Amino acid sequence: MKNFNLRDFGADIWERSGRPVRVTIVMVTIGLVSLLPFAGAGFLATPIAAYDAVLVYPVAIFVLMALGLNIVVGKSGMLDLGYVAFFAIGAYTMGFLGIHTSLNTWEIMPIGIGLAMFAGVLLGIPTLRLRGDYLAIVTLGFGEIIRIVALNVSWTNGPNGISGIPMPPDLGPLKFRLDDQKGFFWVVLIMILLTIWMIRRLSVRRPGRAWEAIRQDEDAAELMGVPTFKYKMWSFTLGAAVGGAAGVLYGSKNLFVAPEMFTLNVSILILACVVFGGIGNIWGVIVGGAILGYLPDRIRFISDARLLVFGLVLIIVMNFRPDGLLPRKKREKAIVKKGAQA
Amino acid sequence: MFDVFIDQFWQLTVSGLALGFIYVLIALGYTMVYGVLRMINFANSEIFMWGTFGAIVASRDLFNYNQTSEPATGGKLALVLIVQLFVAMAFAGLTAVLVEFVAYRRLRARGTNRLATLISAIGMSMVLSEVMRILTHSRPVGSPRILEKVILTEVWGAQIRLDTLITILAAGAIFIILERFVKLSRMGKAIRAVSMNEDAAKLMGINLNRVITVTFLVGGLATGAAAFFYVTVFEYTKFNIGFTMGLAAFTAAVLGGIGNIRGAFFGGIVLGLAEVYAASILGTQWKSVTIFVVLVLVLLFKPSGLFGEAVTQTRA
Repeated sequence: MKNFNLRDFGADIWERSGRPVRVTIVMVTIGLVSLLPFAGAGFLATPIAAYDAVLVYPVAIFVLMALGLNIVVGKSGMLDLGYVAFFAIGAYTMGFLGIHTSLNTWEIMPIGIGLAMFAGVLLGIPTLRLRGDYLAIVTLGFGEIIRIVALNVSWTNGPNGISGIPMPPDLGPLKFRLDDQKGFFWVVLIMILLTIWMIRRLSVRRPGRAWEAIRQDEDAAELMGVPTFKYKMWSFTLGAAVGGAAGVLYGSKNLFVAPEMFTLNVSILILACVVFGGIGNIWGVIVGGAILGYLPDRIRFISDARLLVFGLVLIIVMNFRPDGLLPRKKREKAIVKKGAQA
Repeated sequence: MFDVFIDQFWQLTVSGLALGFIYVLIALGYTMVYGVLRMINFANSEIFMWGTFGAIVASRDLFNYNQTSEPATGGKLALVLIVQLFVAMAFAGLTAVLVEFVAYRRLRARGTNRLATLISAIGMSMVLSEVMRILTHSRPVGSPRILEKVILTEVWGAQIRLDTLITILAAGAIFIILERFVKLSRMGKAIRAVSMNEDAAKLMGINLNRVITVTFLVGGLATGAAAFFYVTVFEYTKFNIGFTMGLAAFTAAVLGGIGNIRGAFFGGIVLGLAEVYAASILGTQWKSVTIFVVLVLVLLFKPSGLFGEAVTQTRA
């Protein structure tokens, strides 16, 4: 039991099966997950908040953001504590353009993603030379700066926030209603699948290998001719893009954005999702995001103590499974450990 | 825009110094732990918050002061303040040891990744602040006024209040004591040895666990002293007060070069002054932005902080 590793167990099954089996597994999984909004009656039900709303935010949006942050923290090993900034930029883009122009959510989406990526580049140029805790504190500062700017400039309407943001228009059979949020869940699910696809494609190509090299030993990677700055920037802006997309959708779903939604706590929570689930492993990150997004709403019946319990869960899980619930492949891990000693 | 700044320059300098000395002591908490573990003690802000409650518990429950009591005078005043200081330091010191024990020890023994430890510390900091939030019903808690805030003298138009003066002098003294402790005592030597090279220190027979516990304790004591001064000057606390103070103090520690005790001193003073000056020029709402801009500039042009070590090699 000691050497049992669910991640390797899953990978084994995966490697032994042929293409038709793999396609079936993927399709069945996607099918089951997309049926989740109908499972709100039994054990999964959330006592106070509406179940289908909880499933969109926090659960699905946390998973999406955790996947985005995983590109930065898990793949290329840069500790980003200001991820909420990109989420905020996406949400405020949605709010501002949704109110002042006739563009709808789907037209604002690329603008929001673009602005978030632009902010990522702006932040990355001066800061990506820093490492470790220093990068962490600078990104943390950036997250706070975005929040304080939103609080103090006039076009964001300060602490009152922007309200009356329009809902997204229907997309064929997908409908978006306040009292029925299944449509939102399916859209986020599609975004999650796109992100997974993107990460998996990149992982086996040049950027993925460069990130792996940077994470294990940045100096060695640089000496071997990997343009580390360029690939760090790529990882940073891709992470920002996912965060921005999540923000646009959140703004449109919530109909309201305000600075207090984008505190440091959100960045930390998303980071917790990544580390809790299993840093660097897509499936672990998804599980982590789903559990940490869902848990506080599930245990609302102990309402006053729920963050306390949440904190205890973080301590206990990290102490007994420090590599997360579903750790990355053993081979990758072994190399990292050796690298960490250097 | 600069009117207030120029008119009030010396007054601002005095309050900036008082704030700066509070930052120095909290920054010491961060820097000591970073020195031995090469890790941010994320829960230090909550250690500070528990310290502020320690100071208030002392004046309220040990001396039965409440909001309507007359401020103390003479010998009684000195007694109450010293007891408050010690209780705040004890609260914070014990909290710090608890943090080390619960959040760090097991993970350190297994030698696992730093991010797991970071998340564990974040969990600990959530627990500490939530426990206090539930205990105080999310309400701010005022501190009884122990020290009459008399204006002692005016220097160049700046009023020097008794509480500011005490903060600057006493915090300075505590800083010097702790700095000497690390520099001269046997335990301090062990702390510095571990900070230089953990494995070598272990081979020389240093009890690593004890050194790390003591480091957390000393950092907690410094943070607790800061908490006492904070309560004396601002006469107020709340369960979420640690966040902003902790962030600023951490910035101060990085500014001076984290892991470097004297760096924490200069970083704290510079940051306290910068914060007060910036608030007078740009308005209070922008002060934290200014802090971070200063920090980013320092890291860009002098990445090891003002007095630091080779930071570019620090790993995540």
